[in-house]
Amino acid sequence: MEKYLLYPGCAMERSASAYLDSTMAIRDDIAIEFEEVKDWNCCGATEYISVAQTPAHALIGRNLALASQQINGTNTLVAGCSACYLNLSKTDNYMLEDDKLSEQVNVALSAGGLNYQPGTLKIRHLLDIILNDVGLAAIREKVIRPLKQLRIAPYYGCMITRPDPNKHFRNAEYPQSLDKVMRALGAEVIDYPMKTHCCGGHMTQISESTAYEMIRGLLYGATQYKADVMVTLCPMCQLNLDAYQENVNKHFKTNFNIPILYFTQLMGLAFGHDAEELGIGKEFVSPGKALAKIGIEIPEDQASPKTKRKKDDPSLPMPAMPKDEEVI
Amino acid sequence: MSAAPKSEKERVGVYVCHCGTNIAGIVDVEDVALWAKKELGDDGVVISRDYKFMCSSLGQELIEHDIEIEGLTRVVVAACSPHLHEATFRGACDRAGLNPYLCEMVSIREQVSWVTTDKVKATAKAKAMVASGVERVIHNEPLDRMYVPVHPDTLVVGGGIAGIQATLEISNSGNKVYLVEREPSIGGHMAQFDKTFPTLDCAACILTPRMVDVGNQPNVELYTWSEVERVDGYVGNFTVTIRKKARYIVEADCTGCGICWEKCPKKVIDDVFEAGLGYRKAVYTPFAQAVPKYPVIDTETCIYFQNGKCRACEKFCPTDAIDFNQEDEFITVTVGNIILATGYDTFDARRIPQYGYGRLANVFTSIEFERMCNAAGPTDGEIVMRDGVTKPKSVGIVHCVGSRDNRYNSYCSVICCMSSLKFAHVVKERTDAEVYEFYIDMRTAYKDYDEFYQRVLEEGTHFIRGKVAEITDAARQPGEEGKLIIQAEDTLISRQRRIPVDMVILSTALEPRPDSKEVGHKFGISCSANGWFIEKHPKLDPVATMTEGIFIAGAVQGPKDIPTSVAQGAAAAARVLCHIGQEQIELEPVRASVNADKCSGCRICNDLCPFNAILFHEDLMVTEINQALCQGCGTCVAACPAGAITGSGFTNNQIMAQIEGMLMFSESNGMTRVAEPVAA
Amino acid sequence: MTTVIDHTAEAVLDPAEIPKKSYLAEVVAATPGVSRLEMCIQCGTCGGSCPSAKDMDHSPRQIFAMIHAGMKDDVLASNTPWYCVSCYFCTSRCPQEIHITDVMYTLKRMAIKANLYDDHTAADLSKTFVNQVENNGRSFELGLATRHYLRHQPMRLVGSATFGLEMLSKGRLDLTPHKIDGLDQLKAILKKAKELDKVEV
Repeated sequence: MEKYLLYPGCAMERSASAYLDSTMAIRDDIAIEFEEVKDWNCCGATEYISVAQTPAHALIGRNLALASQQINGTNTLVAGCSACYLNLSKTDNYMLEDDKLSEQVNVALSAGGLNYQPGTLKIRHLLDIILNDVGLAAIREKVIRPLKQLRIAPYYGCMITRPDPNKHFRNAEYPQSLDKVMRALGAEVIDYPMKTHCCGGHMTQISESTAYEMIRGLLYGATQYKADVMVTLCPMCQLNLDAYQENVNKHFKTNFNIPILYFTQLMGLAFGHDAEELGIGKEFVSPGKALAKIGIEIPEDQASPKTKRKKDDPSLPMPAMPKDEEVI
Repeated sequence: MSAAPKSEKERVGVYVCHCGTNIAGIVDVEDVALWAKKELGDDGVVISRDYKFMCSSLGQELIEHDIEIEGLTRVVVAACSPHLHEATFRGACDRAGLNPYLCEMVSIREQVSWVTTDKVKATAKAKAMVASGVERVIHNEPLDRMYVPVHPDTLVVGGGIAGIQATLEISNSGNKVYLVEREPSIGGHMAQFDKTFPTLDCAACILTPRMVDVGNQPNVELYTWSEVERVDGYVGNFTVTIRKKARYIVEADCTGCGICWEKCPKKVIDDVFEAGLGYRKAVYTPFAQAVPKYPVIDTETCIYFQNGKCRACEKFCPTDAIDFNQEDEFITVTVGNIILATGYDTFDARRIPQYGYGRLANVFTSIEFERMCNAAGPTDGEIVMRDGVTKPKSVGIVHCVGSRDNRYNSYCSVICCMSSLKFAHVVKERTDAEVYEFYIDMRTAYKDYDEFYQRVLEEGTHFIRGKVAEITDAARQPGEEGKLIIQAEDTLISRQRRIPVDMVILSTALEPRPDSKEVGHKFGISCSANGWFIEKHPKLDPVATMTEGIFIAGAVQGPKDIPTSVAQGAAAAARVLCHIGQEQIELEPVRASVNADKCSGCRICNDLCPFNAILFHEDLMVTEINQALCQGCGTCVAACPAGAITGSGFTNNQIMAQIEGMLMFSESNGMTRVAEPVAA
Repeated sequence: MTTVIDHTAEAVLDPAEIPKKSYLAEVVAATPGVSRLEMCIQCGTCGGSCPSAKDMDHSPRQIFAMIHAGMKDDVLASNTPWYCVSCYFCTSRCPQEIHITDVMYTLKRMAIKANLYDDHTAADLSKTFVNQVENNGRSFELGLATRHYLRHQPMRLVGSATFGLEMLSKGRLDLTPHKIDGLDQLKAILKKAKELDKVEV
């Protein structure tokens, strides 16, 4: 059993409870134990830092200080929400880099009887530990219901791969981590350029037209490549793509109807858990049609085209993105 | 171990240079000069002067005068780095009749005034440096100049335009050149291009006559499909082993008729010459005008080499020139000089996934597009999309892909602005397509380059100043469906624009060859942080390296255009011809010698010599150093456990004295003497 | 960092008016770590990558040109920082490795203080959020949305009511805020932090 400290974040507690539920549901399958940080507070999202700098970092600092008090066999702090992950990571890094900031944060923390030495914790995203610590082999082993013929559009959003202060992800513009995990579940994973574009974050509350265009672009990008479901790793992304899909349709007169699920929910389905346990059913766009596909054979003519080149084929050879082992 | 005492005091002259304010601004040079006379007088300093610019004629005359009139026997000049003016001051001594090796420089500029702003500390250190120089020079012995003969043959590595130029210049002068080229044919990247800017000359038309000349020049021994395996020796006398890889073709019998590749059933993507855009066979010549004409068999794709079947080429060859049992040949040659002209590689655009190369079909790189434009290329010169058929109605050209970007290569690749303009011109010439060019700056610096820009402006290409953010197929509005959308900020109108096009050309960066470090190591030269080979001096000596006798020319030294590569090839050739013409090269007479009485025959030094200059006399059980081969690197001197080896110009006495001189005076006591040199 | 005297387009300035530090230096100093803002070559990658650029008064690149030119008031009156969604595309793609998003946060903070931008929607959203966190230790979406719509987008209240109900029925929204145990501790920490922020950097 690998142990980790867990920072759920405000969203995972409620609006993205399905994300937390599904993560907890699969934890035995992937042999992970979580210890929640006691009495954690909000990370401030993208709001606190817009108002004041030191308080924003001190707010996050309290979480880091509390987590560091719980170090016992592990000093890795895991966050499932990309924004929480980035906030925790950034504050830790800036405290390491900027002595003045570090001093100020600790002066503030001391007013609450706390202290945090930057660099004490290793802050990682949930996807990171699942891919790199649990590993694809272990995941494959636990699959009892392969997600065959389910076309998945892995959606990364922004904050997990950018700015990536600790360089956990190899390529911010062509991430493969989620793709690999989904493939390990037996699903067909599509590559589409929009997968790293922003969902708009809180823009839905400030300028609907700006936000809806961003969401529309993502839905378009995935459906253009015939995805059955979009898989996310951040509560904000799930909310925007799912809960606002109808608004987007109304605004642009489109008719997108693509479900948005968390990657842990897909993992749970593949590991044989049932939908309710994984929090499925709380979405605005029903995943029913997509999930019905799991395990169904598709007819021959819709299968992937043969790759052998015909004799008179005038087309020019096409370069391909590098495989895992290839270093470019 | 201390310095051995000297029997008679030398007459030492000390000269402290102001170097304008470079030294004098930080170091109290007058004080140093006075101090030297006072504190080092007992050690032999009879003259001590300070002067504004020692390297000037007047400064040098000061030294000459003092040698002649005051009878100086040793000279110490405290000034800039010996790299700059050691030769100057030694020359002054020589003219005045003093052996030049009795003159030492100490650097109180690069090592003192340029590394601190603390005047007190700087002056103290300058004094210590002068003391060390004086103590050392007392132990200098007069040395005779050393000359080594220069072998008149030359090795040129790399058969691109720079290497070809150098080869022709040297071989036309009557001297022999070995030209080694890794690919099956010479020609380099220039052979891949369609047109060259700014004249729009056909690249092959201007290159192939030179290639033919190389092939026909009797003074050139051409080794293609070959690599340099090993380099030993030093300037004037390099021993080079060339690995001539097996072509599996018997050159003596091959007529270049081409039946072998015609009949070969195995077609593969040509990643090298066709840049992955076209095909070749397993047995092939890279292009029609290849020099030499002999094909090669690629064992990784040849059906026979992979699973023992086929052998069609052998069957059909009319002159029986296929030999599957051929082996790599090793040829050892002796040359006096080496020119490295191994060129560049292109940036892998898949490293910038947001530009779509490798994901979106109609995104091409500049080298792919060159092949497309080339009349002998995979599309016979037709500008078509990846399906091989459709003509694009709109083309986007993107500058700075992988250049001027801290995340990839921070340098500018020099030629891409011009080649982007060239592409715009060619597209306009051959199609009706609209052309959009995205740039940050327009770098058209050289002769007729800006005129070319004017010409392209006249032709109606749309220029948008903004580095492209991304290239996508996710349409946002009608008109974008099915197209590649280039998204960039048009910075001149401060608006983000999305331009839908059919085809995109990425002007990719030039990069060093991936094996530059290994190659550099093989030849004994270094690469810069960016991976290009380092020249001796970026302004004044761009084709020489820090290793005597090894020269660099062309893009291997940094991105550059064809005229500059040609000029560098010729420049390197001129340097080589200068060496050859002089027939001998003067070397620093710093070399090691063994005191046979002290040598115990342990032989620890024998295998350490990088120049194979050490011999062992079995009968006498002592080691001897070949003075002609020794380069004075000092390895054996340091290794000898008995201290039996000494380096002339760097004797143990000299080194110890130098160290003692440095430490003889105490800074905390205002630079007064705290120790005596053992010499006194 | 060299000290640059700003020269505005106005008539001769009273020497006492000339700021001691350039606006560029001020922004750089107010941004944590090393922002590298002075390295901008105006290539436009940020403006090209920004998903909100089409709705901004000035693209990120243009804002930086304005900062370099010392146009403090124009910068702080622009809607640009408020349309930044913190997607970090600009930061990850900038060839000069400038921490653009962090500079945007600095501009947001400066803009709130300067109060030159007439649309307060975004600033108020952030301030309301901050308020919720300071009172509860956690964010409270229902409270945030209600207050925000009431103040700025009352027309949305109707539509959002159905949305809110659906969220509630799916168990994705809390009716009341969750308070942390260590709320007093958090308040003490934040109070101290705010005091520290008043110090000029």
